[in-house]
Amino acid sequence: MGLFDRHAGLLDAYRDVRTTGADPFQIRMERVLSPTEAIINGKKCLTVGTNNYFGLTFDPSCMQAAIDAINAEGTGTTGSRIANGSYSEHVALEHEIADFYGKKHCMVFTTGYQANLGVISTLVGPEDFLLIDADSHASIYDACKQTQAEVVRFKHNDPASLEARLRRLGDKPGNRLVVLEGIYSMLGDSAPLKEFIEVCKKYGAYVLVDEAHSLGALGDHGRGLCESAGVLDDCHFIVGTFSKTLGAIGGYCVSNDPDFDILRVTTRAYMFTASLPPSIVASVRQALRVVRSRGTELRNQLWDNVHTLYDGLVAQGFKLGPEYGPVVGVHLPDRMTAIGFWRAMLDAGIYVNVAVPPATPNGVSLLRCSLCAVHTKDQLQHMIEVMTGIGRQMGVIGPQLKVAGGGR
Amino acid sequence: MIVENDGAASVLLSRAPARGEVMAEIVTQLAPFRTDDAQIIRGATVISKDLAIDSLAVMDMVMELEDRFDVSIPMNTVAEIQTVDELADTILTLAARR
Repeated sequence: MGLFDRHAGLLDAYRDVRTTGADPFQIRMERVLSPTEAIINGKKCLTVGTNNYFGLTFDPSCMQAAIDAINAEGTGTTGSRIANGSYSEHVALEHEIADFYGKKHCMVFTTGYQANLGVISTLVGPEDFLLIDADSHASIYDACKQTQAEVVRFKHNDPASLEARLRRLGDKPGNRLVVLEGIYSMLGDSAPLKEFIEVCKKYGAYVLVDEAHSLGALGDHGRGLCESAGVLDDCHFIVGTFSKTLGAIGGYCVSNDPDFDILRVTTRAYMFTASLPPSIVASVRQALRVVRSRGTELRNQLWDNVHTLYDGLVAQGFKLGPEYGPVVGVHLPDRMTAIGFWRAMLDAGIYVNVAVPPATPNGVSLLRCSLCAVHTKDQLQHMIEVMTGIGRQMGVIGPQLKVAGGGR
Repeated sequence: MIVENDGAASVLLSRAPARGEVMAEIVTQLAPFRTDDAQIIRGATVISKDLAIDSLAVMDMVMELEDRFDVSIPMNTVAEIQTVDELADTILTLAARR
């Protein structure tokens, strides 16, 4: 058997996708013009699939901070923080994120993926139990492969399913760590965090919440679901990313645990990779300042846009994810319809993501849209019109189907 | 809100299930994934090879079985299970330990 033979099934599926003439997994942004526009296939396209929730990638103050940092400290750190030491700015960023959450400790990672992978796999070990939501992100699943803890999966967003699994563990010794996400990246739904926390308290389980898609978008200060659900103090570990709302790349974990810093010398995904370059650290620090000073305004703009797109698509008969959120998942009947729909939208000058099995829960095929605070009403109305036209052509929505407004 | 206790499951299953009962449930769960070559699901059926089922669907099916028989099968154990017989044995062993 050849090295690649085991991927034969996937290769077949991938070939199907590529025969449509455009490969959604190798799309080339010839030039990114702004948080909402890019040149793709020689044409200016509206981008509604970049996780750029506050549009800060082009914020002049963040860009200038990065430029200044390169001028002052060069392009890269060329090593890990364990081997080469931390720059003052790494430490300052960690203090600022800890302060943002009102937690005592913060560790910064080079990517959000590594933050989940490293923290989750290291927190639990032999004899411990790791309980994860069935729809968890790949970084959480990969942490499961790396840890020596016993891993149990519970039904998506189902506190009763978690409770049954915690109960079955009975009086077995070992820590229990439950991993949840603020906003799930495919369908855009949020965990019923308050209910989950009650179950975790009842069984003495630790809670880790990944706020990758909810930082900035949820909570009065933009701290995420842990804030909007009023359970910030009950979340033992909060993980997040710099690559979405904060417009750069990197990850973090905050905690009040007094021994938290021991993770710096036990977490391989932190120890054995180069640290974030000065420019990234500087733009993230500035982006965090923007979130703290202009967060309410940007959050309101973002949610206005969420309602415009969500209500607009529901009114045309599209089947969407279960709740309003900055990620809007549009259900399509099957993989090839999703690819065809995606391609037709790109031809019409609108870029979104396409998500098909096995990357999606329950085998669903989706167009995955993510909104930006600086999308204009005109851009979104145009998008709804284009999607309605394509939806009717492809028979995905009925010609005159009208469904009453959005909501759960 | 305190989540409703699922104590009902433990009352119903206070006795360990019989092998036939477990096999019947597995066959029911796997029925949608039968192929032309594997119309009948047997004990020796290799789940990931003989049936049209991906690893995610296997894990989802396992969750249903877990709740039906009130056991938890760790993900690392699921990864090692190949045949329907092995899956049934795992459930019976875990249920006996309950």
